[in-house]
Amino acid sequence: MAVSQEALDAVALSRDEYDLLVQRLGREPNDVELGMFGSLWSEHCGYKNSKPLLRLFPSGGDRVLTQIGAENAGAIDVGDGRCVVMKVESHNHPSAIEPYQGAATGVGGIVRDIFAMGAYPIAILDSLRFGTLEDPQTRYLFDGVVGGIGGYGNCLGIPNVGGEVFFASCYNGNPLVNAMCVGIADTDKLVSARASGEGSVLLLVGSDTGRDGIHGASGLASRTDPESRFAEMRPAVQVGNPFMEKLLMEACYELASQHRDWIVGLQDLGAAGLTSSVVECCARGRSGAVLNIERVPRRESGMTPYEVMLSESQERMLIIAKPEHVEDVTALFHHWELHCEAIGEVVGGPDVIVRENGVEVARVPWEIATEPPEYRRAGERPVELVELNRFDPATLPDLATADATGALLRVLARPNIASKRGVYRRYDQQVLANTIVQPGGDASVVRIDGTNRAIALKTDCNPRLVYLDPYVGGAIAVAEAARNIVCTGATPVAVTDCLNFGNPEKPDVYYTMEHAIRGIAEACLEFGTPVVSGNVSLYNERSGVPVYPTAVIGMLGLLDDVEQHLTAAFSTPGAPVFLLGADIHQPAVTLGGSEYLEAEHGKVAGLPAVDLVAEHNLQKLVLALNAEGLLLSAHDCSEGGLAVALAESSILGNSGFEGDSSLDLGDRLDAALLGEGQGRIVVSARPAAVDRLHQLAGEHGVPVSELGQVIEGQSFTFGPISTTVPMLREAYEALMRL
Amino acid sequence: MRFAIVRFPGTWSDRDCHHVLHNVLGQEADILWHRETSLSGYDAVVLPGGFSYGDYLRCGAIARFSPIMESVIAFAEAGRPVIGICNGFQVLCESHLLPGALMRNDSLEFRCEWIHLRREGASTPWADGIASGQVLNVPISHNDGNYFADDATLDELESSGRVIFRYCDERGDVTPAANPNGSVRNIAGIINARGNVLGMMPHPERAGETIVGGTDGNLIWQSIIEHALQTAS
Repeated sequence: MAVSQEALDAVALSRDEYDLLVQRLGREPNDVELGMFGSLWSEHCGYKNSKPLLRLFPSGGDRVLTQIGAENAGAIDVGDGRCVVMKVESHNHPSAIEPYQGAATGVGGIVRDIFAMGAYPIAILDSLRFGTLEDPQTRYLFDGVVGGIGGYGNCLGIPNVGGEVFFASCYNGNPLVNAMCVGIADTDKLVSARASGEGSVLLLVGSDTGRDGIHGASGLASRTDPESRFAEMRPAVQVGNPFMEKLLMEACYELASQHRDWIVGLQDLGAAGLTSSVVECCARGRSGAVLNIERVPRRESGMTPYEVMLSESQERMLIIAKPEHVEDVTALFHHWELHCEAIGEVVGGPDVIVRENGVEVARVPWEIATEPPEYRRAGERPVELVELNRFDPATLPDLATADATGALLRVLARPNIASKRGVYRRYDQQVLANTIVQPGGDASVVRIDGTNRAIALKTDCNPRLVYLDPYVGGAIAVAEAARNIVCTGATPVAVTDCLNFGNPEKPDVYYTMEHAIRGIAEACLEFGTPVVSGNVSLYNERSGVPVYPTAVIGMLGLLDDVEQHLTAAFSTPGAPVFLLGADIHQPAVTLGGSEYLEAEHGKVAGLPAVDLVAEHNLQKLVLALNAEGLLLSAHDCSEGGLAVALAESSILGNSGFEGDSSLDLGDRLDAALLGEGQGRIVVSARPAAVDRLHQLAGEHGVPVSELGQVIEGQSFTFGPISTTVPMLREAYEALMRL
Repeated sequence: MRFAIVRFPGTWSDRDCHHVLHNVLGQEADILWHRETSLSGYDAVVLPGGFSYGDYLRCGAIARFSPIMESVIAFAEAGRPVIGICNGFQVLCESHLLPGALMRNDSLEFRCEWIHLRREGASTPWADGIASGQVLNVPISHNDGNYFADDATLDELESSGRVIFRYCDERGDVTPAANPNGSVRNIAGIINARGNVLGMMPHPERAGETIVGGTDGNLIWQSIIEHALQTAS
């Protein structure tokens, strides 16, 4: 019997994929099975297009405790028998349709991934991309997304410690909402998401199951839908209940941290709900399972097995409990005033068997379900890059000396550069009392509870650079994240990534994805930061035009002594200020892809470049300087260039700055002040440390340029720039006046 | 001194209060689940911040019916020290241990930032260690911190010195710009008539160590600890 095209469209399977499924199964699937396979073989769950490329990432290392993709998140040993668990995930399509709930449930989902590992979530970061603020829809999406992230995360009592907000017209109508969560666990209490041991009991805890979110994985996340369908698709976006999540989080952490021996596994219910949760656990445990779905608590009567198996109702967890401890586990959840229902058990054999009142309604071999086809496509370099890369900024007139101050103030006020305080003050940044460096600087620093150690966290991606050169841009995302981590005094140790691209079936999009991944992989090898977890979001397009390729890097750094952390703020009058990593003279080519080039010349063009070895040497130097206690501040010099970096350090520290009067800025004023060459860090140092700084820089082969000094008062001068800290702050807080 | 820190479903500053009281200030402190009913053996009660019951109804409106609240009310009425922070302040208002109500911030947005408070008003064991006019730097973190009461109640609070903290700028000037949430008369914290119950929106437990940004919050804890020592001697 031929399956109808409508039935295939509903689960986003192609005819070829369906035929392959029938061949592997040896029969036609029934409706319930088709829904289950469709979800598991979706791009969102199955990574059909990305998996072969993701294998290019370096993913192992001495500290890495998990295999990439094998668990809900990656775990990294941080010493003292403890580990950090981390992952970043997208919720782009739901947020485009319903920004508040889309973003809120994005936070809910990533937080569950972390506590499903047996870890306690200690930090959230959010990496956001929106269209231009001139578009009224952008303001609606921006306000809704920020409100949703805050509304959910604030209620959980997990600090939101950092992130990014970037605006560009390619994101009009297709915002990117990537949320990262970081948790901490005792390494011997980590829990796997696996079902094994015949007779182990499957317990479903948390919210009741409703008709919300059906086809979220196969529909929303795995294709491009026209905006005209948003209204009818809105019901596919789930509604979050952060209060329920808070109770689940506390209960699951208590279970894992105090009663690890009661359970075999722990898994959240995310995309494709009960289906993916059970099937993936069975695949990891190489066991079968029987589900009795009449026992699944429902929000409404009359739900079909199809709906129960594919519901994406939020705030649900699956516990695989040892049979002799089912009562103990149930009592623990009841203490937290949560439901806990036994819905099935682990059995031998290759199948997940779904029964309703004793009647079998589906039989899904977990091996087939978790091995969707993989596509290795032939990419083509986007044709427009030829022209864009050929553009030479040297052909533009240089910035006039008299306009240097004005240009700095205008760039500081650009939405991509300006302070995001108006965003992060809507998030609780301090709960848990371990936030040492709050948002607004380079990376955030969070103390590991009960120790003197800390972690540094950062998300980063300059999508303009990935657009202009996917390989180099991908590498730069890693380099810049590492540079930000180093600017807090921490050593970069691991990466989680969220890869947001358009439709991979288009050769130019596929090329971009492949080369961005290769660039990330090379940079991760150079910096010794394995990719331990991540997420891929494809089909991010509006009217056939893909968003900028946005390869978001979430990076973890470690700091052995929290007292040794650095911030970007100028704090000490008289402290000499240096540029490490490059000469002050910069060639015009460093204006390629810069904020200044777009702001003042209306161009996104040029050819970005990065020298990973030089970058690594620079980062080692800063860590060496800080280890000897020679530095007072360190700040990454990237978007907005050197002038913006100096201004930010002055604003953050509320301290004046005086550039050396003898400074020679070279023959391109715009490039020296606002060019965005990589591999540069601005530091202020202890006055007595200058000789040693030069000596260490020499040993590391890193160029040093003296820029000036931090001064008393509010004056800010650098080359032809002459202004005051309040003037800089006024410009920098432009977004607060939206 | 032994503190009871109450944990309602959805409370989240219980751990932070415990950290400061126990690890930083060396006091005994226990976290009590809201189903407990006895406060025997405790010298002070802390109702911490968070989103009890998700704040899905009016903030604190459900938590006031938690089993432990009967004991908390009796404890307060016996003149023993009770502090409500953020959501705890809201619970105290809902329980009528303190007058007034906390409405949605006038910005209609959640606000988390470091702000300044000026010590004012009468003697209270929760703030006797803080000089009148002294400025404290502590964080706020709330969606509904906009204090409101009718004029008669406000006048009564003012005339009896029951406004203990007011939002101010770093110099101590009480200005509209220094008011982060629209609270009437910049009110950030008040006491009951007897002075043993303090409710405040800002989070002193988040200003307990230099490395997290400051220690001004400890002045409140140190006041009550000092008071307990004097009462005992």
